[in-house]
Amino acid sequence: MSVIALPRRRPAVRSGALALGISTLWLSVIVLLPLAAVVVRSLDGGVGDFWDAVSSRQAVAALRFTILVSLATAAINAVTGTLLAWVLVRDRFPGKKVVNALIDLPFALPTIVAGLTLLALYGPNSPLGIDVAFTQFAVLLALLFVTQPFVVRSVQPVLIEVDREMEEAAISLGASNRTVFLRIILPNLLPAILSGAGLAFARAVGEFGSIVLISGNVPFDTQVSSVYIFKLIESDAPIGAAAVSVVLLLVSVIVLALIRLLGRWGARHDR
Amino acid sequence: MTVSRPWQLTMRVLAIAWLLALLLVPVALIFYRTFEPGIGAVWDSITTPAAISAFWLTIEVSAIAVVVNTVLGVVMALALARGRWRGKWLMDTVIDLPFAISPVVVGLSLILVYGTTGWFGRDLADAGIQVIFSTPGIVLATVFVTLPFVVREVTPVLREVGDDQEQAAATLGASGWQTFWRITLPSIRWGIAYGVVLTTARAIGEFGAVSVVSGKVSGETETLTLLVEKRFANFDLAGAYAASALLAAIALLTLLVMTTFNRRREEA
Amino acid sequence: MELAPKMKARTLVAVLTALATVLVVAACGGSSDEKGGGSTASGSSGGGKTTLSLVAYSTPQVVYDEIIPEFQKTPEGEGVEFKTSFGASGDQSRAVEAGLKADVVSFSVEPDMTRLVDAGIVAPTWKDTPTDGLVTTSIVAFVVRPGNPKNIRTWEDLLKPGVEVLTPNPFTSGAAKWNLLAAYGQASDGGKNPEAGLAYVEKLVKEHVKVQDKSGREALQTFVGGQGDVLLSYEYEAVTAQRKGEDVDYVVPDDSIRIDIDIATTVDAPEQATSFLNYVLSPPAQELFAAWGYRPVNEEVLEAHADQFPEPPGLFTIEDLGGWEKVNEELFDIENGSIAKIEEEAGVATSE
Repeated sequence: MSVIALPRRRPAVRSGALALGISTLWLSVIVLLPLAAVVVRSLDGGVGDFWDAVSSRQAVAALRFTILVSLATAAINAVTGTLLAWVLVRDRFPGKKVVNALIDLPFALPTIVAGLTLLALYGPNSPLGIDVAFTQFAVLLALLFVTQPFVVRSVQPVLIEVDREMEEAAISLGASNRTVFLRIILPNLLPAILSGAGLAFARAVGEFGSIVLISGNVPFDTQVSSVYIFKLIESDAPIGAAAVSVVLLLVSVIVLALIRLLGRWGARHDR
Repeated sequence: MTVSRPWQLTMRVLAIAWLLALLLVPVALIFYRTFEPGIGAVWDSITTPAAISAFWLTIEVSAIAVVVNTVLGVVMALALARGRWRGKWLMDTVIDLPFAISPVVVGLSLILVYGTTGWFGRDLADAGIQVIFSTPGIVLATVFVTLPFVVREVTPVLREVGDDQEQAAATLGASGWQTFWRITLPSIRWGIAYGVVLTTARAIGEFGAVSVVSGKVSGETETLTLLVEKRFANFDLAGAYAASALLAAIALLTLLVMTTFNRRREEA
Repeated sequence: MELAPKMKARTLVAVLTALATVLVVAACGGSSDEKGGGSTASGSSGGGKTTLSLVAYSTPQVVYDEIIPEFQKTPEGEGVEFKTSFGASGDQSRAVEAGLKADVVSFSVEPDMTRLVDAGIVAPTWKDTPTDGLVTTSIVAFVVRPGNPKNIRTWEDLLKPGVEVLTPNPFTSGAAKWNLLAAYGQASDGGKNPEAGLAYVEKLVKEHVKVQDKSGREALQTFVGGQGDVLLSYEYEAVTAQRKGEDVDYVVPDDSIRIDIDIATTVDAPEQATSFLNYVLSPPAQELFAAWGYRPVNEEVLEAHADQFPEPPGLFTIEDLGGWEKVNEELFDIENGSIAKIEEEAGVATSE
């Protein structure tokens, strides 16, 4: 019998497989099953009907606008969210706890209240004199409001856990703050930033309640895909609605995949 | 690293300016409009029988969604950050999907699967289980839309923290469960905390998907967000804002609870 | 290690709290939204309780909140409890079709009732009543700023340069179709001259409608929020808004369409549903409707309120325009309908 104690790897491997199994089952039942129903429904009228619905001029225009404004939202959030997370974790100022507490409110508030408030602040009766309601900018505004918490909350826990030793070592070796940030901290934060930005993008693409109130919903101008889909449902064109939803999902999938690939490429180049 | 003073101030100012325009002022306006009619009016507004029913329904549904998504979220995070298998990008993508799908379509997809004319409709009806237009349907919709949060919060932390300690524990003879309970779980506490906070906030604030599957029966399947919409439709804006303030209070309370627990641990 | 016991305790508390909450019965409140703990719509407790499910479109909730307690005081209504659900007309109709239990249904456009007839939930004979299946009517009116500063009184006034008109999008709100049907009908001489009708709608939508809210209520909110000079809406929405403290005025134009609000019982409904329906059509209930701006279908009550509800000389109905099927197909089909095309062209013009 060997005297050397061998590392017990088996439990970890077993639980790894278990985690994977449970995850797959869970995601299949909760996410994939309903989505499959949508896909099947979209093909109820055959591929011809599917194509007609998704290639209509309104559908294409709405999709293009939705993707562009959602990308802008995700990009802006990546920057501001990281900034906010940094300030909340590493800075000290009076009222910081209050600010930290308020960050999640855009989620908890019903989208109609969010829309009403933004309309009051940045619409025709604005006390600040800014009237951007019913423009494309209003859509961006609404999206920035409702996706606020994503990147902030994604980066915060990572920033809290980040190992300061590497930073301190680099500084003691003479590295500038900029170098430390770009080469040591940012690569560690990148997965969290991308994760948050990806979620913000996904949410922006599907957002309905706050946009529908402040955007004016003009086709080819401020109409987003979710509103167009809603129109189709209310006009008794459920197959068309399903079809446009499927395309929206596919495009989101592609963009999300690209965001992740970008992250992996960026991280690899820095190490 | 210590940031130089000018930089620190600049970042603080930028952050606060951003927050002011896009968070603080809107939220302040909501609270102002809520309490404009006076605290008594607000109290009356949130203690009507319909509001109390809506409150408890929202709490019930959100609690289930939070518990379920926290447990499964940690499981999925472990699979993603610790597992060794190909195709992680696929699971990553599927996890993000619940958001990309418009809320109205979420509701409809659930009806297509669990509704009376849906895929499982007949079987559920035979078993006497009503999913759609009843609380289980609302729970399903909420679980669906809040699925990504905990896993997305915990995964980067797991990756950041690394598995050195876990491997060490395994070498020392700890079982998988012990390693998880004593090493992994404490290291991801902030990830879980923020994941729970986000999940709660999102769950209580969900409107679109729930609107489709709930049936909006007052006193039974009406959540707080549905109550807000109904009050808005009835020109009871003060009542709508009052119910929204209640939602905000729940979200704030959740954050308070989660960060207090974590802070105490840090001091321990 | 201090962490593990605290972690266990925390998780345990969280799980237990969640479970305890889960076990709390959600309906421990009630359904009434009256402040100060007013009488609930749950009725008195007694033997042999029936529960009626009322599923209706959103606006008449204020009226039903008053009608139901009154009904429960009558001998037919004693011991009858109510479950109510209010929402957008199309959404409610689709919900009932998808399985939402309903005993009495009421919608603001007939196709939402037809859907249920096709699904076998409402009998095809629902219209064979003394009131032709209607519970109230209304007309399309102009909602204007207090005092009507721009002096908007006629449909021609809407086309004056610089006048901004608000109307909800007819594709997101089925009920909003009435607005454009009124515009179309009055310009086409009650449907006899479709080209003229469409020309009017085209000019209106392309040059005077900048914002298309999702629903009538949201359009009113946008109007109250400072956008636009005139809002096309139902007469009763304006009256209800005024009664609820909104600062608006309204004008009844000479030409308008009669908005038909329908009501029916479902095929499996208990007999109390029919009693309730009859009560809703009876004078006491119709009086309540009138107070909130709905035009009663009960002739006596309508007579008594003749001053409040002047009949426009040029009133026409959906039948004059060919009925809902024709109108939905020719005007509102989302791909090929004339109004859909006008909408698209308007959008293209705005984006350039």
